[in-house]
Amino acid sequence: MSDYILEMHNIVKEFPGVKALDNVNLKVRRGEIHALVGENGAGKSTLMNILSGTYPYGSYTGDIIYNGETCKFTNLRDSERKGIVIIHQELALIPELSIGENMFLCNEHKGKFGIDWDKTFNEAEKHMEQVGLKEDPRTLIKDIGTGKQQLVEIAKALSKKVELLILDEPTSSLNEKDSKMLLDLLMSFKKQGMTSIIISHKLNEISYCADNMTIIRDGTTVETISNENHDIDEDRIIKGMVGREMSARYPERERHISNEIGMEVKNWNVYHPIYTEKKVVDNVSFNVKRGEIVGFSGLQGAGRTELAMSVFGKAYGTGIKGELTINGKSVTLKSVNDAIDAGLAYVTEDRKGNGLILSESIAKNTTMADLKKICKNGIINVDEENKAAEEYKEKMHTKAKNVSQNVGDLSGGNQQKVLLAKWMFTDPDVLIVDEPTRGVDVGAKYEIYCIMNDIVSQGKSIVMISSEMPELLGMCDRIYVMNEGRIVAEMSASEATQEKIMAEILKSDK
Amino acid sequence: MNVKVFIRKYTMIIALVVVFVLFAILTGGRLLVPQNLSNLLLQNAYVLIMACGMLMCILTGGNVDLSVGSTVCLVGAVAAQLMAAGIHPLIAIPLCIVIAAVIGIWQGFWIGYIHVPPFICTLAGMFLFRGLGRAILGSKTVAINDPTFLNIFASYINLPGIDDGEVKWSAFIAGCIVAVVLIIHKYVSRNAKMKKGYKLDSAVSEFGKIAIIDVLILAYTWQIAHFRGISVMALWVVAVVLIYEFITSKSAFGRYFYAVGGNEKAAKLSGIDTKKVYFAAYTSMSILAGLSGLIIAARIGSVNGDTGSSFEMDAIGACFIGGASAYGGSGNVVGIIVGAILLGIINQGMSIIGLDNNWQYMVKGAVLLIAVIFDVVSNRKTGKAG
Repeated sequence: MSDYILEMHNIVKEFPGVKALDNVNLKVRRGEIHALVGENGAGKSTLMNILSGTYPYGSYTGDIIYNGETCKFTNLRDSERKGIVIIHQELALIPELSIGENMFLCNEHKGKFGIDWDKTFNEAEKHMEQVGLKEDPRTLIKDIGTGKQQLVEIAKALSKKVELLILDEPTSSLNEKDSKMLLDLLMSFKKQGMTSIIISHKLNEISYCADNMTIIRDGTTVETISNENHDIDEDRIIKGMVGREMSARYPERERHISNEIGMEVKNWNVYHPIYTEKKVVDNVSFNVKRGEIVGFSGLQGAGRTELAMSVFGKAYGTGIKGELTINGKSVTLKSVNDAIDAGLAYVTEDRKGNGLILSESIAKNTTMADLKKICKNGIINVDEENKAAEEYKEKMHTKAKNVSQNVGDLSGGNQQKVLLAKWMFTDPDVLIVDEPTRGVDVGAKYEIYCIMNDIVSQGKSIVMISSEMPELLGMCDRIYVMNEGRIVAEMSASEATQEKIMAEILKSDK
Repeated sequence: MNVKVFIRKYTMIIALVVVFVLFAILTGGRLLVPQNLSNLLLQNAYVLIMACGMLMCILTGGNVDLSVGSTVCLVGAVAAQLMAAGIHPLIAIPLCIVIAAVIGIWQGFWIGYIHVPPFICTLAGMFLFRGLGRAILGSKTVAINDPTFLNIFASYINLPGIDDGEVKWSAFIAGCIVAVVLIIHKYVSRNAKMKKGYKLDSAVSEFGKIAIIDVLILAYTWQIAHFRGISVMALWVVAVVLIYEFITSKSAFGRYFYAVGGNEKAAKLSGIDTKKVYFAAYTSMSILAGLSGLIIAARIGSVNGDTGSSFEMDAIGACFIGGASAYGGSGNVVGIIVGAILLGIINQGMSIIGLDNNWQYMVKGAVLLIAVIFDVVSNRKTGKAG
């Protein structure tokens, strides 16, 4: 078997001032699932954008040989005509249009007079069946979950007669159940002869589904590893990615958990902000001690983010009822400002949407949640601001030219560090971190874990919400399991396993 | 700093210099005559003042206030009628500002607290206040003759002893004082920074900038000293500009406007009261529109139903030409002042040449479009625009 569907030779791509790709080689066999792994900013997405024609021929050097012929794509349409379809991490669906309309956007079935809607929806249904999506094709995209939206994207690709499917972080916003379903779907397509390239940070997924993987580091290809038996050791991949052995994925921490309770929530109830009769958080009680990291596990939509945001000064939901105690004092938080003053911080899961101002500098983002601290009579001391931002930049090892660089220009991991710095700047006693390592590469993950350990060693408390169970098991002292708005189990980290958590979730499913 | 970076950083200033030199040549030097230089500021006083308020609205997310032209008319009408009824200007003026503030609170409330889209709310205001203004005027033109009122807004400073002659020396002396104060201020703040061990920019570039600004101030005040001297109206403009420059660049509350425009959700989750920000933006805008109404009434000497029409477009245009982002979150007072003056030079230059009004509209439209295209293209990088 030496039939390559795609060969990319000596690809070099330069952006003003940076060499993003330096002599990259990639060979993909026909009918395999090929994984592309590497740290954030290693150049994976850039490479795929070249392949799909997003960066047109001429803006890079090197050859793309697809199905035996040299290709010179100048835009997305060129590559799609050849059967190469890319699905980006941020889905390209329009929320206000239906599944069918989205699927054939720019590719409409034309009838005698305008669009032939019967044919459109009929065809849509056919492709939806292929991906196992049971929905009315007239349903609007905004009314279905992220998992199903991902399936719509794949169905859309199928409608374009795809031969080579490229998926950029397809599971980054999916829970484990949906992720597995998606990967199984890819493997069933493989049997039908489709080739896919998958970019992912989740190494367990790669070892589960990929036949071969190419590792990219700092813009060059390091090696291609075969994974024929789907049993590759994750540490082996990490070694290739970071260029050294990673002795431990989670940093050691001396545990000094005090008996004092940092934050306690009792009988907490929250209703949906729009459908006000729908209960999102149902009579939840939990606590976190000083010096402790408490984890929240659960599937997407279990109500963890909603719980956290409603505690954080009612930033989410209506009809919020319950008792809240911080540092032994009973408090009522009416606004985010109250919450910050009470020593609470919430590090959002959506750093681009809810956390950072991408068009502003690191310095301005760092101080945003507690401007008062560097103000005198409402006047900002800019020198003080820069100094503070500089300190956090050093402490967190944020990779940036200087603190006046725009946050939007940083990689995901470094943005996450700025977001953490922003909330550490408010000097909280209790830090709620929501998916702190989403879309962050292995190296930066480790650094973020170190920062979290450092925070609790100062006697502060952390509540950690994560969909990655290994991370919770590796970092937490205690884990709460949430499902459908309720806490269904509580276990110490030493007794918790992935199977146990999953079992609790399934047991509680109504 | 290489040439590319320099051009990028000072695009607006370069554009201003180019346009100024171009019109100075096209008008055969007439643009530089003291009277024209003085008029350049006075004719655009209302644009400069309102652009400051409009910047705050635009910062919150590219929102504009369409009602300001009508507010100018309404407040002007109230002032004219009050004084026609024999009420003293020192009572009439504060009353007019209060009315403007009430208009602002009205709009700020709907936009900030009830979430009425600013475009629609202020469009409604545009009709509402224009109609109200015309009703107050009884569809007539009302003249203003009160000398105190005219003195407060439209007179020139005349210091006995210094300004008795043909040349008003007070203007040039004021220019000299400002120039010296700027240098001392820079020197003191650099020293303070150095003591605390903060990073310093190179002395050459910092003092070089100050030197250029000083030369311009001296040249301008020298020229206007030869035409009636400093006008009170200019002082009003300078006061407003300084206040807004301070708010946007130094105050925490000003920073909130940038945060809301940059990412409203993130601002909210950082504890910023976004409603208050919207409220303040539209309230301050209307107050400035009220002040402009008084200034326009004093400059023209009368108010009619069409006073202030399409002023909102001048203010909005100045902001966008001056580099305020159409997506919100970026822009500064210095930029929009440059934008307003640029528009003013184009207007006045074309008037001096005697170019048809229709052509003036076309040129203004083209300049605005180019400015916004520039913004959109340079914003691609930050991912805000596709």
